[in-house]
Amino acid sequence: MSGQAKLSEKLPEKSIGRLPFAAPLGGALARLGLGPRALVIAIPTVWLLVFFLIPFVVVAKISLSEVAIARPPYLPLWEWQDGILSLSLNFGNYLFLASDPLYYSAFLESLTIAGFSTLFALLIGYPMAYMIARAPGGMRNILLMLVILPFWSSFLLRVYAWIGILKTNGVINHALMSIGLIDEPIVMMQTDFAVYVGIVYTYLPFMILPLYANLVKLDETLLEAASDLGAGSFTTFLTVTLPLSLPGIFAGSLLVFIPAVGEFVIPALLGGPDTLMIGKVLWNEFFSNRDWPVASAVAIAMLFVLVIPVMLLQKAQQSDGGHS
Amino acid sequence: MKKRSLFIIIAGILGFIFLYAPIVSLVIFSFNESKLVTVWGGFSTKWYGELLQDPQILGAAWISLKIAFVSATLAIVIGTIAAFVLVRFKRFRTRTLLSGMITAPLVMPEVITGLSLLLLFVAMQGLIGWPAGRGMTTIIISHATFGAAYAAVVIQSRLVDMDLSIEESAADLGAKPVRVFFDITLPVIAPALVSGWLLAFTLSLDDLVIASFVSGPGSSTLPMVIFSKVRLGVTPEINALATIIILIVSVGVIAAALSMQKGKNNNVS
Amino acid sequence: MSEQASITESKPPESKPWIDDTQQPFIRIRNITKKFGEFIAVNNVSLDIYRGELFCLLGGSGCGKSTLLRMLSGFETPTSGAIEIDGQDMAGLAPHARPTNMMFQSYALFPHMSVEKNIAYGLHRDGLKRKEVNQRVSEILTLVQLSDFAKRKPSQLSGGQRQRVALARALVKKPKVLLLDEPLAALDKKLREETQFELVNIQETLGVTFIVVTHDQEEAMTLSTRIGVMNAGEIVQIGEPREIYEYPGSRFVADFIGSVNVFEGQVTEEDTDFVIIRSPEIKADIFVSHGVSCTSNQKVAYAIRPEKIRMSLERPKGVKNLLSGTVEEIAYMGNLSVYQVKLATGKIVRVTQPNLVRTDQNSITWEDEVSLTWDGAAGVVLTS
Repeated sequence: MSGQAKLSEKLPEKSIGRLPFAAPLGGALARLGLGPRALVIAIPTVWLLVFFLIPFVVVAKISLSEVAIARPPYLPLWEWQDGILSLSLNFGNYLFLASDPLYYSAFLESLTIAGFSTLFALLIGYPMAYMIARAPGGMRNILLMLVILPFWSSFLLRVYAWIGILKTNGVINHALMSIGLIDEPIVMMQTDFAVYVGIVYTYLPFMILPLYANLVKLDETLLEAASDLGAGSFTTFLTVTLPLSLPGIFAGSLLVFIPAVGEFVIPALLGGPDTLMIGKVLWNEFFSNRDWPVASAVAIAMLFVLVIPVMLLQKAQQSDGGHS
Repeated sequence: MKKRSLFIIIAGILGFIFLYAPIVSLVIFSFNESKLVTVWGGFSTKWYGELLQDPQILGAAWISLKIAFVSATLAIVIGTIAAFVLVRFKRFRTRTLLSGMITAPLVMPEVITGLSLLLLFVAMQGLIGWPAGRGMTTIIISHATFGAAYAAVVIQSRLVDMDLSIEESAADLGAKPVRVFFDITLPVIAPALVSGWLLAFTLSLDDLVIASFVSGPGSSTLPMVIFSKVRLGVTPEINALATIIILIVSVGVIAAALSMQKGKNNNVS
Repeated sequence: MSEQASITESKPPESKPWIDDTQQPFIRIRNITKKFGEFIAVNNVSLDIYRGELFCLLGGSGCGKSTLLRMLSGFETPTSGAIEIDGQDMAGLAPHARPTNMMFQSYALFPHMSVEKNIAYGLHRDGLKRKEVNQRVSEILTLVQLSDFAKRKPSQLSGGQRQRVALARALVKKPKVLLLDEPLAALDKKLREETQFELVNIQETLGVTFIVVTHDQEEAMTLSTRIGVMNAGEIVQIGEPREIYEYPGSRFVADFIGSVNVFEGQVTEEDTDFVIIRSPEIKADIFVSHGVSCTSNQKVAYAIRPEKIRMSLERPKGVKNLLSGTVEEIAYMGNLSVYQVKLATGKIVRVTQPNLVRTDQNSITWEDEVSLTWDGAAGVVLTS
């Protein structure tokens, strides 16, 4: 029996606490900032600190400096000269944003477009998600793949495709005129309509997927119980399906709304010169006007606008994670 | 019941038509003889020929592929470690910070991410002299950062589903933590690593906004070239390019789905 | 039940080291406590387990039995107390460095490795030579009768085969102690019964000390040399299966293991070789034919198993413990029938009778007036 002993004699002491499972010991070492565990944590943390969080500090800093014709095109925030630290905070960029109606209306228009696009995406996406969730097993996977597939091909090219469809001598006008429905082509390109089409089209999968994930979990016996108790199919939908799918609606809406607010490519390609979305304004400040401080101030203002929906999304996802 | 089903099916089918109409029109008009994209002038593959002789597009495509390959690989390393740390290490001081930073890039508007990264690179160059100018390196770093966020989400959900006792039993059989990770954890989450990598790769290939901010002279990516071309109008050459991309993606996705299906069947029998 | 009892009873007295004062315990658990925040999962448990034992930790869910097992394997660190295996202190040793191996409830087979590779994994970690690894793997595969399945992946095996792979994988390292977490819980009833005996055979063949966690009392009875019954983080009784069943030390144990009738009462007469308990619940005096360590007038509970009560239509004469009542409910279970007899006081008494003949003629039926009686040594007096 003594021969059956495992390697117990030559136990290396260094192995203590190196195991993630031996949490208290590992935790003690990590608290001291030692050990491989702390190193493993440090790799992604440091990377994201440097390349994600600190950049925002830099943006905030530059939003407070003055534009200049220089390389880089802004004045330093502080100067160290003759033993005196001179700090010049320039809130002018923010005052400028507040005073010029361009920015104010761009923010308003971004929120309006994002809001209505979300609504349209919900109206189109809900029946699709419902159809997929209720489809038989094999069919369901195929439909789901069909929703995801466009997402894997180039976003830029899919937006570009709409130009060919919507423009004055494009597919739609061509078709409508050839069947004699209209005599004059309808102007659709470079309008807000085209921007709506582009945003709804691009972000539709973001609406469908969380809705599907929610609807597929819906217990079908609930629907049977409702109809057994005398509810018609529309009443069943309003009183059972819809209330139960609210978390999915909520998550999907935020996933469409948040990126839509900051969208640049779609208004740039499909919108007209008077489609003012904030992402496009930031881009123009930066690339056309080379006004880095104002572009930074626009970015910071945009962050403040998005903080609330982002926090709502985070909360929605956490509570969803808690359920499953 | 039947009535609503019919309504749902019709609405669903219309939805799928909406999703696929632009893609189908791209493919059809890529074979159009006429330069007037929407007027059918007969079948032709001449735009493909022109595309393959366009040095600007080919050069940009090569740059984009290189950037996507390196940044996706970097993203999967960072994303895997972040996901592992968040799922397996229950308590540590920087937990909230890390989980916030790994999810925030998913919802951050690209214009903000792009601007902030550019300003960082400029400031870093001023302070420590690195990175010297903008180019492929800065694009790779930027793409790796948001790619890591997407990869981490995919890997995290796989790790959460994984039976913890599998790792425990390897430790119990005498494997040290690093061995457990490489022998057990990595092979079990391998499918998530592959899809995470593909996701990061695709996102990098597709990104226009961030790359526009952080690129430098001589490092124009494919989306940047496409964007500058299509701003001037519809060109059949781009239709041909789009068709090629769609073909590659479809074949890839279908092959992946089939191989997963086959893997499942093998396991069952 | 008779088969189950025979396993422990067939053992010669020298294989019961726990009654031999000269024997040293193989595993010493001393005042182990485990807290998760404010919650005390294991509360000051001390336990000695001897070499070659098959010890069962039995209890309901959340009683702390799994936590105790995980502290033995090293997956949880005790808040206080010490664990010693074969004279070696386990404090601070990670699972991979301990002389224990564990069989997980989920089996935890590596899904990406074949049966063979799964089993060889632990041997490779010990740095064994390929030749020896192959030999030991094929030996253990023969032992668990899986030689034909060596190349299969876990997903291609049945539940029972997976269970045997998990067992083989843990045993092949020849651990000093094998820890089994609900080893049979995932199997269906029929397979579970067969596997119980297989497990005992393997344990006896190899002589490895087994510690089994289970919530299934029948499994514990069948498998173990001794059982430790746990409740709310504490061990409430340790003993051989027969001891635990026939001499439960508390109402919890009596109730948890098997079914039992409990009559509340008060000691009215107390002597060296008998005790009389007056129980208003059944409006009768209970005669106990042995001494009990209690005082006069002490409130006690008298516990008697349903199969220890004799039931008849005629009233027997000259017996000490006699009750009468009406049959309210009969449950036919195949090998036996369970009767619920209602006394005049309203108290329900459960009685079981083996179904000795196939016809049901002349047997007791609903609404029958019956007499119940039992020996003075049939029940247990419980003071806690």
